[in-house]
Amino acid sequence: MTATGGHSTETITRAEVCAVACAEIFSGAGEIMASPMSPMSIIGARLAKLTTEPDLLLSDGEALFFAETPPLGGKGPIEGWIPFRRVFDVVASGRRHVVMGANQIDRYGNQNLSAFGALQQPTRQMFGVRGAPGNTINHATSYWVSRHTNRVFTDRVDIVSGVGYDKVDPANPAFRFHHLHRVVTNLGVFDFEGPGHTMRARSLHPGVTAAEVAENTAFEIDGLADAPETRLPTAEELRLIREVLDPKKIRETEVPS
Amino acid sequence: MRDKRMSLDEVVGELRSGMTIGIGGWGSRRKPMALVRAILRSDLSDLTVVSYGGPDLGLLCSAGKVSKAYYGFVSLDSPPFYDPWFAHARTSGALVAREMDEGMLKCGLEAAAARLPFLPIRAGLGSDVPNFWDGELRTVTSPYPDAEGRTETLIAMPALKLDAALVHLNIGDRHGNAAYTGVDPYFDDLYCLAAERRYVSVERIVETDELVKTVPLQSLLLNRMMVDGVVEAPGGAHFTLAGDSYGRDEKFQKHYVQSAKSPQTWQEFVDKYLAVSEDEYQAAVREFAEEAQK
Repeated sequence: MTATGGHSTETITRAEVCAVACAEIFSGAGEIMASPMSPMSIIGARLAKLTTEPDLLLSDGEALFFAETPPLGGKGPIEGWIPFRRVFDVVASGRRHVVMGANQIDRYGNQNLSAFGALQQPTRQMFGVRGAPGNTINHATSYWVSRHTNRVFTDRVDIVSGVGYDKVDPANPAFRFHHLHRVVTNLGVFDFEGPGHTMRARSLHPGVTAAEVAENTAFEIDGLADAPETRLPTAEELRLIREVLDPKKIRETEVPS
Repeated sequence: MRDKRMSLDEVVGELRSGMTIGIGGWGSRRKPMALVRAILRSDLSDLTVVSYGGPDLGLLCSAGKVSKAYYGFVSLDSPPFYDPWFAHARTSGALVAREMDEGMLKCGLEAAAARLPFLPIRAGLGSDVPNFWDGELRTVTSPYPDAEGRTETLIAMPALKLDAALVHLNIGDRHGNAAYTGVDPYFDDLYCLAAERRYVSVERIVETDELVKTVPLQSLLLNRMMVDGVVEAPGGAHFTLAGDSYGRDEKFQKHYVQSAKSPQTWQEFVDKYLAVSEDEYQAAVREFAEEAQK
């Protein structure tokens, strides 16, 4: 702690950099449903709502829309009802941006959370494709990966759950809403603006080298050598993360300091 | 009006091997577990299950009852998340998986409920979902061109026609009117509309006038033309969450997962909780809760 009230930018942790990067996923999103799926991306979405994106709709992860922005795990006043069934209507309408996880993701953004191995007899069963096929064909989708390794960032995924850019059929207008927006990891921020819609580095977190990212990725990432440093949180963002949204430091269970 | 009250075993007596059974609820939430346990006690086999899957599908797999499953996911909803018996059935190749997007499952039930052969949906395009279906999943091209004269090709989600639907609600009457409490209706009305035979277990059966006074009218999810049999089964969703009636029994769910780790511990679980009547199950669960308190 420092004399300035504990939000000195000299004490910033990697988790706090990640939280801000997750918040920036929603920059310009407007009045849509934000659906973050893990603690870090939830902190990010709530931080966005408290700073640049006050119109975001955030659910409690069950069936209610929050009217305010409670801390992680906390309850708060509500403003609406969004049972699972209605979520699918929102998905189809496109008024949503989801931040999913990924057990595997490739250079084109194909994502797997279904199983490892063969379709009908996998070696390891996970969740199944869940909502990934519908999310990725209908509205903006981003991914948060807390441990960037070459097992996750793999040459090819075993089962395509979320649709990558190489699966888009340009002749079929049904693909016109496909939009993979960002991949945020514990090492950096990426998008798919590389050659042929392949993964490109937008920024690397402070202290992360291009070599470290390359070592932990099974494919070549565009722009890695020239990537700037990820923006640091402001003092106000640090206050919101530390005092309002995540006083129990749950963020550090995903990204240890 | 007909009195449709039945016992758990009477419901199972109306089911046959080889049937396609839809199971309501979502993940490890408001699953008709007493009915699932009754199936485990029966000699039914070769079932096709349609479900937003949780331990309902897992337990049926544990007893080798399932040959084919239509699902968007299978999850226990809380750590360790993955159902051990569903995972075992998949990794051993014991069942044919018709995996799909979650929205596709809703779409398939809606098609069946509307007596349509299919409904178009965008979800599934470009993903590996069609590869799970062995040619059973087709596409359809829109007859309506857009302003540029282009037409969309979409997934033609086939109707998920059910021989029987099993759901668990919180309160109902003897005629088949029933309401959920809590915040989410899930898809239970759709399961009933998509099925030939419809069975609902409820925490509590009351007189119709009491039912309509007890709950907000909007939560009366099922009416009697959607239901063929009603079972009073207090604790009938255990160990899953049951709206306002009770939460998920997290300790018991963990015990279920732990028990699946070796043949010996699983046999103990079966002997104590599954090879017994529903009353004995509920008594054993109370004992488990008391032990867990110590």
